[in-house]
Amino acid sequence: MHSYVEANSNKPVPIVAITAAGARWSRQYFVDLWQARELMFMLTWRDVKLRYRQTLLGAAWAILQPLLTMIVFWIFFGRLAKISSDGVPYALFVFAGLLPWTFFSSAVLSAASSMVENSALINKVYFPRAVIPGAAILAALVDLALSSVLLAILLVAYRTNPGWNVLALPLLLIMLIVTAIGVGLGVAALNAKYRDVRYALPFALQLSLFLTPVIYPESMVPVAYRPFLALNPMVGIISGLRSALFNAPYNGTLIGISLLSSAFLAILGASYFRKVEVDLADCI
Amino acid sequence: MQSILRVEQLGKMYKIAPTRARYETLGDTISTLVRRTLLRQSRLELKQFWALRNVDLEVKPGELVGIIGRNGSGKTTLLKLISRVTLPTEGRIEAHGRIASLLGLGTGFHPELTGRENIFLNGAILGMSRAEVRGQFDEIVDFSEIETFLETPVKFYSNGMYMRLAFAVAAHLQPEILLVDEVLAVGDAAFQRKCLAKMNDIAGVGRTVLFVSHNLGVVSRLCKTCVVIKDGHIAYSGTPTDAVGYYERDLLAAAGSSREPHVLFETSETIDDPSVVKIEMLDGEGRSKATVATWDEVVFRVWFQSKEAIRNTGVELQINTIEGQRLVWLSTRPDNTVQMDFAPGVDYVDCHIPRFPLSAGEFTIGVGLAIPGMKWLWLREELAQLRVLENDVYGSGMAPVTGRAQIAFEHTWKTSAQTRNQESGDASNV
Repeated sequence: MHSYVEANSNKPVPIVAITAAGARWSRQYFVDLWQARELMFMLTWRDVKLRYRQTLLGAAWAILQPLLTMIVFWIFFGRLAKISSDGVPYALFVFAGLLPWTFFSSAVLSAASSMVENSALINKVYFPRAVIPGAAILAALVDLALSSVLLAILLVAYRTNPGWNVLALPLLLIMLIVTAIGVGLGVAALNAKYRDVRYALPFALQLSLFLTPVIYPESMVPVAYRPFLALNPMVGIISGLRSALFNAPYNGTLIGISLLSSAFLAILGASYFRKVEVDLADCI
Repeated sequence: MQSILRVEQLGKMYKIAPTRARYETLGDTISTLVRRTLLRQSRLELKQFWALRNVDLEVKPGELVGIIGRNGSGKTTLLKLISRVTLPTEGRIEAHGRIASLLGLGTGFHPELTGRENIFLNGAILGMSRAEVRGQFDEIVDFSEIETFLETPVKFYSNGMYMRLAFAVAAHLQPEILLVDEVLAVGDAAFQRKCLAKMNDIAGVGRTVLFVSHNLGVVSRLCKTCVVIKDGHIAYSGTPTDAVGYYERDLLAAAGSSREPHVLFETSETIDDPSVVKIEMLDGEGRSKATVATWDEVVFRVWFQSKEAIRNTGVELQINTIEGQRLVWLSTRPDNTVQMDFAPGVDYVDCHIPRFPLSAGEFTIGVGLAIPGMKWLWLREELAQLRVLENDVYGSGMAPVTGRAQIAFEHTWKTSAQTRNQESGDASNV
């Protein structure tokens, strides 16, 4: 029994005050969020572990899915439709666009369904609810990391020479993750309130694939329309990633607009999530 | 001593709309918005419902506080507010220390994961760090007695193993305040004893436990203080014995106020057809009987109605514990002496029990109408509450109560000496 006393004797006792919906963005919220990071990692680990349980190929699916899509796109759009790829081998070109897109789309989709799937937890235990879509997004990030290995192999196989541009890669990755978090939090909260999201979202994501230069280069879009296109943050991100990997000049305007739009979506998504989070257990 | 938990003027209000689905669709919201703006229609359909209001509570460190009250009185809402699962509408809670809640055993357990994996996952969900779980891992495994199945997915566990593991993780949390909601309703007696002992230990080392239960016997044995929640407020708070007494008197008063005491259930809303409309208690002579005690002779008269004639019907009567465990299931059908057909209109059937075999305490009664072996026509497993009063049937001053055992049927004991005496007596008679 002494273990009880021991384990806590040197720990400061936190004082928790709970009142009717007080300050939404209190310091306490961020403290809680930071303390819940282990829970987020555990939930991520659970999601990754369970996703490929009872499959023959296991985590290879994380690589196979974008790879097979890439091959199909390469045959239809690269070979048959002969879509330009700005001088880069089309297979490589489309794969570099598919990876961030696949991450974004699976992160947003699984974040959206995560709240409802974990409603049993939400109704029984308190923790910052952002942990749940956060874990869903992190699990998608694990898949991105796995398939990035394949991209690296392709880059070497095609003897591409990245050059200094590649230094911006981490920043672009952060932008990608921030966008996924913003949109993911937004749709997670929306889906908790309105289950319509479950039906509308896959459809919307499918359409957005064509509004994003994944299978075609942004140079195919008339110059006048490009700034509007870039309001979709994935446009600037994919354009930037290609510039970084293929040592092409960065399209500053495009990336700039996407950066602003990404930041806006992140703030919007997070605030809406926080607004819904407060009485989530009562409505889910 | 400074209090570890202070609840001040706490209230939780829900807006309920009985006709609306549990969640809205975007279309609903848009159409409501349009209606509201165009027709200036107000939110008339939403009713305010205070699940809890004006609740004040102070708990000192190391106290084991029992919370009792009828279903829907607000007990779980109180625990949900203290554990921050949901936010209060008004009032304030101040807690000095970590709060962990056990609002359901095995929250977050995943059937596909192994016992070991679930220990870490469940620990994280309940607020333990990996290091804390690792530090207590052996104790958790010891307590749960599942060491040989650590690497087996919990979907292959028996119910008992599952519950033991779930409680083991929760019991080794190290919060200053532990909230427990009716966990002991499940599991076998050995498991329950183990859990109770553990909760006692936790309180013994200065931790605070808030404990919701329907099991009045456990509450009075375990807790130092007890509060009774009624209609969303604290109706009584004091020693467990006084609180349980208050609660029992209140239950009796409530039962008497709504209808005649011998009527256990009565409804005028007959939406279903056929359906049961009334259950009453009678004594052996057919007179109405207000209370039933252990070993009483009692008749349960079940009134049912049907719009059409149905042939070869049956009526079934169950008695369940308050935790929902079925104790008896009596049916007209296996009893071949009964041939029943429903005629259009209202009719009744009597279930005569010469010596009612249940201990004193709270039970629920369920009734079903069926075409036996074919289909259910109507079934309500918890239709009415049944309170069995104490009766000193053994003449020992100790009436059988549910806190000890649910069932007490007629029986005799005989020592070996008595048996021998009787045998020799029998022999000498020959």
